[in-house]
Amino acid sequence: MTRELKRVTVVVILMFATLLVSTTIIQFFQAGNLADDARNARTIYASYDTERGPILVDGQPIAVSVPTTDEFKYQRTYPQGALYSAVTGYYTLGQGSSQLEQAMNDYLSGTSNSQFLDYLNRLVTGQNPQGASIETTIDPVVQQAAYDALGDQQGAVIAIEPSTGKILAMVSKPDYDPNALAVHDSQQVLDTYETLLGADGDPLINKTINDLNPPGSTFKIVTTAAALQNAGLGIDHTEPNLARLPLPGSDSTVSNSGGGTCGGGDTTTIQTAFVLSCNIPMAELGMEIGEGALGDMAKAFGFGTDLSVPMDVSQSVYPRGLDDAQVALSAFGQGSDVATPIQIAMLSAAVANGGKLMTPTLVDEIRAPDLSVLQSFEAKEFSTPLTSVTASTLSQLMVEAVESGAATNARIDGVSVAGKTGTAENGEGDPYTLWFTGFAPADNPRVAVAVVVENGGGLGQSGSGNQVAAPIAQRVLEAVLSK
Amino acid sequence: MSGNAAAIAEAGAPAPTPGRGIRRIRVPQKLRNLELFLLVIVCAVNAFAVVLVQFGALGAADIGTIITLGAGLSVLVIGMHIALRFVATNADPFILPIAALLNGIGIAMIYRIDIAENLTGWESTAVRQVVWTGLAVAIAIIVILVIRNHRVLQRYTYVAMLVAAILLLLPMLPGIGQEIYGARVWIHIGAFSFQPGEVAKIALAVFFAGYLVSRRDSLSMVGRTVLGMRFPRARDLGPILVLWALSMSIIIFQRDLGTALLYFGLFVVMIYVATGRASWVVLGVGLFLAGAVIAGQVLVYVNDRFTNWLDAFNPDIYNADGGSYQLVQGLFGLANGGLIGTGLGQGRPDITPLAQSDYIIASIGEELGLAGMFAILALYLLFIARGFRISFAGQDDFGRLLGVGLSFTVALQCFIVIGGVTRVIPLTGLTTPFLAAGGSSLVANWIIVALLLRLSDTVRNQPRLVI
Repeated sequence: MTRELKRVTVVVILMFATLLVSTTIIQFFQAGNLADDARNARTIYASYDTERGPILVDGQPIAVSVPTTDEFKYQRTYPQGALYSAVTGYYTLGQGSSQLEQAMNDYLSGTSNSQFLDYLNRLVTGQNPQGASIETTIDPVVQQAAYDALGDQQGAVIAIEPSTGKILAMVSKPDYDPNALAVHDSQQVLDTYETLLGADGDPLINKTINDLNPPGSTFKIVTTAAALQNAGLGIDHTEPNLARLPLPGSDSTVSNSGGGTCGGGDTTTIQTAFVLSCNIPMAELGMEIGEGALGDMAKAFGFGTDLSVPMDVSQSVYPRGLDDAQVALSAFGQGSDVATPIQIAMLSAAVANGGKLMTPTLVDEIRAPDLSVLQSFEAKEFSTPLTSVTASTLSQLMVEAVESGAATNARIDGVSVAGKTGTAENGEGDPYTLWFTGFAPADNPRVAVAVVVENGGGLGQSGSGNQVAAPIAQRVLEAVLSK
Repeated sequence: MSGNAAAIAEAGAPAPTPGRGIRRIRVPQKLRNLELFLLVIVCAVNAFAVVLVQFGALGAADIGTIITLGAGLSVLVIGMHIALRFVATNADPFILPIAALLNGIGIAMIYRIDIAENLTGWESTAVRQVVWTGLAVAIAIIVILVIRNHRVLQRYTYVAMLVAAILLLLPMLPGIGQEIYGARVWIHIGAFSFQPGEVAKIALAVFFAGYLVSRRDSLSMVGRTVLGMRFPRARDLGPILVLWALSMSIIIFQRDLGTALLYFGLFVVMIYVATGRASWVVLGVGLFLAGAVIAGQVLVYVNDRFTNWLDAFNPDIYNADGGSYQLVQGLFGLANGGLIGTGLGQGRPDITPLAQSDYIIASIGEELGLAGMFAILALYLLFIARGFRISFAGQDDFGRLLGVGLSFTVALQCFIVIGGVTRVIPLTGLTTPFLAAGGSSLVANWIIVALLLRLSDTVRNQPRLVI
């Protein structure tokens, strides 16, 4: 009987060994996968157990977790509501999160690698885990000005400090109140979320970084830069001055926005074409210097390149493999060109900073709960698309455009403003997309800005960038300059 | 061994008249002192667990509840310890502390779920669990007082069979039988509900031990050799076929896979130990697997169990009625616990259905982590090892068989439940011994404790008796 008992003992030990292995697999090896399962409510509950770090603007919270008495321990609140919805994003029960709440989640929830020791320490001492705070680069005055200036228009405003890449304002409209998505009732969250998801103008999308529109005439900055720098042409380089340009291999024609020629005479210059924002000479110029020069310059400015601010920015597109007609269209920002507002702001920022483009970012400083600095801002160079000579030439052209050209509504008394408008066509009968990008003061730039107004600014195909977008930009520039 | 002498004196054996009284006074009860020492630690751990639950889940201590839950169990097990000092001096010193510890951790965990579900007073499962524990320990004390020698049980082999049969049939009776979660294994009298099958396993172990001791020669000696293994004659297949039929009818009529597997596994192991013929194991496993496969084809609920097991994360199965929701939530809970757990009172075990009973092990895994799971499994293994020790050291075959049978039911039950929760085998509804909320399970397992204590006491006295 003893022999049998020994064998049964072995069987029992094997049974328990199996259980040890199976629990280890679940609790150790698969724990991460199981925690990531969308059906795992515990992960959501756990995220609320942490005192999530605040998001700050100039030291004041725009997103903060306050203690509650319900089972979630903390309620996420957004003291300024919709004003910062494009910056903070939302943080919901069951519908995920967005913008900084999502991009900086590791720090806000206290689970980033640099907070690991702190996390362990709190675990051992039994303190509730606490997330780090994120100080943003946003300037509250500029943000408010941009928010007010855009008004009820559908579109976006972004302002960047050219010398550092710090984002000073980020506004996307229509906006929404993130507080409505932060309630602790998952059904209510779902209802609100679905309403916002289906709402006109996609309020949940941050249009400054994730909305692609044809850049229209703002792209002439790229075309001119390519002509001056990549093709070695001067601003007095001439092109035939036509009132109508038939596109090669196509029945379509290109016309200038006024319908006539670009200034007087048989020929016109790059300078005139840029200042008056003429399409025909730019199309001719584009075909002359070719897709390669245009594409290389676009790429140097950031088209087709990944960027996170730290939210992921949609890639702006300058297409390749074009025929002559498509190159002509692409040269004045039509055809298949699309760009985000931040990309257009980066055009101005590069010109403003002497040709050196700084990487845009929203995060100024990350501080642990004990106020020690986990990460502080460092200006990083994104690329150098322009030589300082080209940059200064382009700057002069943009100043001229505001002073006496197609961008006059951005003028500010006593300050020289550089700018470029855009009035982009979206398709037959569709309302235009209205743009402005520029910087000020032109001799010592403090801010570069891009404004996009979608849906024609309510004017269908009769509005223009100068009419609708330039005044908005002007107010944002003024807000910075009056500081 | 002066301790043995005292035990003999207590058991009524004649001892030299002079000095009998003196000896009784002088004999230090080393085993019982060790047991008392361990029990004091266990009671402190149990009370501390309740305190931790309160700080974790409520943020403050509530002395009244600590006394009810912590002290209640402590008084009872100390009472049992005192009984052992008189009637089973040489009983194993580890069995009682291990059972008390598991029982106490179970109560703390059940109390933790009560807090999450806002159950208080008599609504509280933990309070009812303490009452049931009281009853169970009292019954265990009675068992150890009444049964002074386990061999008495051998006389009641066929009575045990009858008792087992009646207990198993009770839930099928109209009027008192009750169907809960699809399984018809409960009886309901007044406010009491009871799962007679839990107690039936003890009666079955007694019956198997008695029956196999008397019949094992015919079951092992004769038969035909196939592939180097001697198989029994057809006419000796009766018992295993009857047991197989019993298990299958439990699957079909009571819809309780776990219990069927438990009984059948118990029988197979005991017949193997009694006869030494591996062919019984081959036959048994083959029969059961065949039965389970057929049941999986024919019975919808068995088929569901298999589907839930194999394809738990499939959204259709997860969302289905009677689908894998509970299984998957249990896994989420275990994963949430990770290596060291969330801490008592700080997890979310209540999200999983039946977190107090069938899923208490997942609740413990969530709050005490992999470390806690290993500790619990080690406690069970130690408990089972103490039971097996009795069988290794025993002198009489009935006692040895009974010891291995009782210990093995605990082992197999743990494996079926924890294996089900951790996806080793399909999930079946059985209780985790000592931990899970449920009166019948407590009573049955505490009777096992009493019987193992009695067996171990006899084993330690035997050498002296033989000499």
